[in-house]
Amino acid sequence: MPRALFEKTGNAVWMSHLDLMRLFQRAFKRAGLPLTHTQGFNPRPSVSIALPLSVGVESQCELLDFDLDGAQVPCNEICDRLNSALVAGVRVREVYENGSKIKNLAFLRCMVTLEYDNGVPEGAGERIRALFASDRLLLDKKSKNGITEQDIIPMIRSVEIKEEGREVALDAVVCCQNPTLNPMQISAAVSRYLPELTPDFAKFRRIETYDTNENVFR
Amino acid sequence: MTELIQRILPTVQKPARYTGGEFNEVKKDSKDVRVRVAFCFPDTYEIGMSNVGMRILYGVMNQMDGVWCERVFAPWGDMEDAMRQHDLPLWALESQEPVQNFDMIAFTIGYEMCYSNILNMLNLAKVPLRSSERRGLKNIVFAGGVCAFNPEPLAEYIDFFSLGEGEEITPEIISLYDKAKAGGWSKEQFLLEVSQIPGIYVPSFYRHEYNEDGTLKTIIPLNGAPETLTKRIIENLDEAYWPTKMIIPSTEIVHDRANLEVFRGCIRGCRFCQAGFSCRPVRRKSADVLYRQAVETLTDSGNNEITLSSLSTSDYRELKELTDALIPYCEENKINLSVPSLRADNFSRELMEKLQTVRKSGLTFAPEAGTQRLRDVINKNLTEDEILTTCANAFSGGWNNVKLYFMLGLPTETDEDVLGIADLVYKVIKTWKEHAVNKKRGLRVHVATAYFVPKPHTPFQWEKQIDPSEYLRRCKLLKDHFYSKSIEYNYHTPDLSRLEAVMARGDRRLGPVIETAVRNGAKLDGWDEYFRYDLWQDAFRECGVDMDFYTVRGFGEDELLAWDPINVGVTKKFLLRERHRAYEWKVTPDCRQGCAGCGANCLLKEVQCDA
Repeated sequence: MPRALFEKTGNAVWMSHLDLMRLFQRAFKRAGLPLTHTQGFNPRPSVSIALPLSVGVESQCELLDFDLDGAQVPCNEICDRLNSALVAGVRVREVYENGSKIKNLAFLRCMVTLEYDNGVPEGAGERIRALFASDRLLLDKKSKNGITEQDIIPMIRSVEIKEEGREVALDAVVCCQNPTLNPMQISAAVSRYLPELTPDFAKFRRIETYDTNENVFR
Repeated sequence: MTELIQRILPTVQKPARYTGGEFNEVKKDSKDVRVRVAFCFPDTYEIGMSNVGMRILYGVMNQMDGVWCERVFAPWGDMEDAMRQHDLPLWALESQEPVQNFDMIAFTIGYEMCYSNILNMLNLAKVPLRSSERRGLKNIVFAGGVCAFNPEPLAEYIDFFSLGEGEEITPEIISLYDKAKAGGWSKEQFLLEVSQIPGIYVPSFYRHEYNEDGTLKTIIPLNGAPETLTKRIIENLDEAYWPTKMIIPSTEIVHDRANLEVFRGCIRGCRFCQAGFSCRPVRRKSADVLYRQAVETLTDSGNNEITLSSLSTSDYRELKELTDALIPYCEENKINLSVPSLRADNFSRELMEKLQTVRKSGLTFAPEAGTQRLRDVINKNLTEDEILTTCANAFSGGWNNVKLYFMLGLPTETDEDVLGIADLVYKVIKTWKEHAVNKKRGLRVHVATAYFVPKPHTPFQWEKQIDPSEYLRRCKLLKDHFYSKSIEYNYHTPDLSRLEAVMARGDRRLGPVIETAVRNGAKLDGWDEYFRYDLWQDAFRECGVDMDFYTVRGFGEDELLAWDPINVGVTKKFLLRERHRAYEWKVTPDCRQGCAGCGANCLLKEVQCDA
């Protein structure tokens, strides 16, 4: 099954995971690239996106698996034809055959940007660094059985913190499968444990995916 | 897009509906644009983007050189709260610029219950509500759509109305505005000129006077405005603009599919139906043009579903030719072809079976009334036999799901007619027992009753609406006669339909009521989440307007009606004749069996009525 590496940026970040699936299903059709369909009462085009992205989060490393029906089309041509059928903000970077098994996808590098409209509070970077150096960081987690507490520290492989202008940028590598840490929880941790450092706004971006050996995942 | 909107978006439901940027959205460089139109749909994005009329006119306007038409929808409550909290004015999707910066603000009005949204959207846009408060050529507000056929409740707020089909008149309006803007005209001068375009109604050019009993006394045209306002139509649909490059929403909408209009007008004369009369005469579209447009729109959009739409698709003469061509194309390309509003009487089993090979959709009937007598009164030429035969066919073809729609409160309705609904439903159940191929799945019969709302430009435009308590009594009577577990019965609450009845036949005295209700928070009335009847009741009380005057009173046959100056083609004489036939329980055969002389053919110059 071929795989597409694509990015979701700009206003496209407001599309939901299901919206994005629909967008690709139509884009393949518009590009004249018919997809195979699932069997069953209500056949659906075979496309699947590896890790559903939360609404509002940017990404430059999304992975889409698909299965074309009919004649072979070269990967670079699929890429070009898809890009001419997509919308602003969704761009296929590369299409390739024989991607790694999704179950080997283990880590995600993401950028969490905390914006302070009145400038970064004195010593914020230091204090946030110290926070993520703690042994435990408990956060509320919504589950089927109500709200439980979860320690997020074991799910954070590394975090680098930089202050720049009115922003504090947290460059983090986190677990993305079994268990999964949503990067939004990183800023949630700041707001919970350092409430005076609660940013005016937080932005999130997925940068790269890695396998269990911390090599780039494709 | 402003930073502020970006910060609000994560806090609201379905943010993608506020950002624009969809496939096929039209962007222009504002430097090359002379006239900017904010095309407002007075409901949410999901509803508005499903509207075919809006798609057509969006394309028509954007085809014009120097004109940029952008879309605006009513925000959902959470977004409205955020906008008000941050003092953020309503914006258009394409440029993300505030609506108040636009030259023209256009509304398409399809349903009376969005009147509050129109005023609320103007308010959110920080544009003065009343026409008289908007001086100068900027922010000219105009409106079209079926509600423009009785636009009086909005007369104070809309500068002018465009009557009928908009493909030709809209460019005429905008070209005139272009000229006015270049020439530095005043608003008054522009309104004078625009009122001379056939099909344009400038309400401020008409004075309404009332009798002591509250009925209308006279309507006096001023400033040389025409006495009669005749709606515009497109005669040749094959040559008319059709948007084959449609905007594909990036988020799910109500009708998330391609849509193809197969003809306009209706040969059936269901006496309660506004569209059936006000959309006449019947004009055809050729099957080969439709096939070409279907393939073009499907190829361009990548949609996996297409629907053939019209008021009564089985009356489309070339339905066989069209579906014979489309079905193989759809099968090959894995596209679901849906053909709604097929009639039970000529709903061929053949077509039903053919469509089934793609995907099985539901079976819906709208007998509207429970007894043949009452169906004759409303001229719904659908017999019990036809319903049951079609059901038998469907059940033996594997269908297990039927929806039946009725109205309560129709003229001359008695308890016998109400119980006739229950009888009919039991006959459907009995038919299923006799014909179903797979009884394990069981049968679901969804029955829904609506509260009859008399509409202008129909033979029932003079009728009373029954009292809400009487309506509820009839609902309960019916409910008490449903015993089977297969039946799911829903009935509309009376409040909304009562308000709809007031607005549908309302006059200018309703303007302040709408304004008051909106000021007190009325909005999104078509949505259960937001409809607040109490706000409306308070507004009526505050403005001293009696709802009963427009509902249970009924209108006299010799009474001057607020919408009398508007000519939709069908004559008042014909409507009156149809009303009297209704009271004699006489049906009027459909137009193909013989012209009933409605008068709408007078609107045609180049082609014949295709009824």
